[in-house]
Amino acid sequence: MQSPTVMEAEDEVLQVLEVCEAIEEVKELIVTNLEEDWHTNSPPVESSAPGSKLSQDDNWGETTTAVTGTSEHSLSQEDIVRITKDLEDSVGLDCRRYFTLTLAVILGLLVFLTPLAFLVLPHLLWPEKLQSCGTACEGLFISVAFKLLILLLAVWALFFRPPRAGLPRVFVFRALLAVLVLLFVVSYWLFYGVRILDSQDENYQGIVQYAVSLVDALLFIHYLAIVLLELRQLQPCFSVCVTRSTDGEIRHYNLGQLSIQRAALAILEHYYCDFPVHNPALLSASKSRAAKHLAGLKVYNVDGEFPAAPAEGPGNNAAAGLAHSQSRAMIAAAARRRDTSHNELYYEEAEHERRVRKRKARLVVAVEEAFTHIKRLQEEEQKKAPGDVMDPREAAQAIFPSMARALQKYLRTTKQQHCHSMESIQQHLAFCITNNMTPKAFLESYLAPGPTLQYSRDHWLARQWTLISEASVTSGLKDGSIFLLKCVDFSLVVTTKKIPYIQMSEEYIDPKSHKFVLRLQSETSV
Amino acid sequence: MSTYTPGQPVTAIVQRIEIHKLRQGDNLILGFSIGGGIDQDPGQNPFSGDKTDKGIYVTRITPGGPAHEAGLRMGDKIMQVNGWDMTMVTHDQARKTLTKKNEDTVRLLVTRKSLEDAVKNSMGTYPRQ
Repeated sequence: MQSPTVMEAEDEVLQVLEVCEAIEEVKELIVTNLEEDWHTNSPPVESSAPGSKLSQDDNWGETTTAVTGTSEHSLSQEDIVRITKDLEDSVGLDCRRYFTLTLAVILGLLVFLTPLAFLVLPHLLWPEKLQSCGTACEGLFISVAFKLLILLLAVWALFFRPPRAGLPRVFVFRALLAVLVLLFVVSYWLFYGVRILDSQDENYQGIVQYAVSLVDALLFIHYLAIVLLELRQLQPCFSVCVTRSTDGEIRHYNLGQLSIQRAALAILEHYYCDFPVHNPALLSASKSRAAKHLAGLKVYNVDGEFPAAPAEGPGNNAAAGLAHSQSRAMIAAAARRRDTSHNELYYEEAEHERRVRKRKARLVVAVEEAFTHIKRLQEEEQKKAPGDVMDPREAAQAIFPSMARALQKYLRTTKQQHCHSMESIQQHLAFCITNNMTPKAFLESYLAPGPTLQYSRDHWLARQWTLISEASVTSGLKDGSIFLLKCVDFSLVVTTKKIPYIQMSEEYIDPKSHKFVLRLQSETSV
Repeated sequence: MSTYTPGQPVTAIVQRIEIHKLRQGDNLILGFSIGGGIDQDPGQNPFSGDKTDKGIYVTRITPGGPAHEAGLRMGDKIMQVNGWDMTMVTHDQARKTLTKKNEDTVRLLVTRKSLEDAVKNSMGTYPRQ
């Protein structure tokens, strides 16, 4: 058993290493941005314009002052954007949510109290004129009571669910149903008011039957609500293809007939389960390659024509043509030069693959060895335990240092180290030990990037999604409709295809028709 | 006929038969029918002693035809045709080898049970020297 002081020192060392690594990453991000801005600005800037030079300086200043973190509480630009968005949007959304909630409550109360009011009002207003309620009439009371109870349960089941999302536009079917119910109840009240209250009808049985018919009709409207809201989209009608814009991950889903905003919601729920977590560290390599492509060429204009202003407006045809020919010259030159970057990429990838496999082998061995150090105590042994018995968390802390180094090296090689904190790793280890999992089961969540749900909540960086669509978001999905779901780091491109009509025919095979025979000797005359 | 063990050379007592093809209109015919081959079912061969023998056998002889006159008999196993091996060929290959249009005669090596018996009988009466 290691002494506690030794363990703490190791923990601190590992923690410090982790922080330094995070800062290096952020710096790398800044540097690539810098290169990108510089190189994209350079060709038109070549020939003068102090204005554009200033813009280049501005970009430079902006990106370097964003982060100078040397403490543990450094924030990247992404975090800042996310926090400000959260603040400004939470207020607006709550207002809208409460408004719809109050409307729904009012409508519900109206619906439930109306039949009761119909039954009670005659007794209050003209009790002496009212005919007494016979047996059939009292039977109808039971019917009204039970139907109201069923309606209450059904409405609770269908509508009283916590809202899963805030959609940009109103939910069309729900709005239609609410309007329908309101119109219906209002028309019943009108009839009641005119024909029964004004004339003070004595036939109480008729009034009770009127109330029963109201409750029946409400139950049928509820049936309509189930069909429109729940059943209609169950049958798959469209196949959507979802692509992530940063790394090209593609998934396909089958959806029914939904409006675009509801389809987007369904897709997002699948996104959190199916797509591997977005890892920006994996994209830096292609960005640096792109920067290198643009770095090699500079355009010099030897003809003496200087574009005085940026090529905007119909009058600047000369400048536009010049910029156009410059870009074409660049493309031609880039195509002609002997580029060996493909070679570097190939060898780099092969080397990386080898390194990952070596680290993985070391990690697997370290973890397996670590797991052999602890043993679960059975019930009988627990009573006569010699002492130094640990609970899962302490056991995890005891065996963690022996595998910590190998695990961290592996995570760094696969650029996953920012997804897993030491605390989360130890928690996961305690969890695996408690549930008798093997070392392989413990390692699976680190060997490959899992879905976003698997990681801690601060990796769900985007709970705010923007739906970008050319068609109206309350219109239904159609064949060939395309829309985007944008979040801070990336966007999901969704394309729709209609599932074709399948024509199936049958062919009957008699089970007795399976007969076989040996091949005959063929005889040929020569 | 000798039984064939895989990997060992096939030995058999053979008779040389030379058949001159007869011209009938556009065709050159030999006057017999063959059966067997490595792509056929050997169990259905009525003439073979060993039912796993996939060789080419003579199944019918046209009476009075060139094959009959040359001495070919029904049930003969054809071992060679003009030097081409017939013990391990497909049925179609055998047919093609026999019916080559540019050859007027075919020289066959055939074997039959009676040949072996005859040789055994003759060897039995005289001691080996």
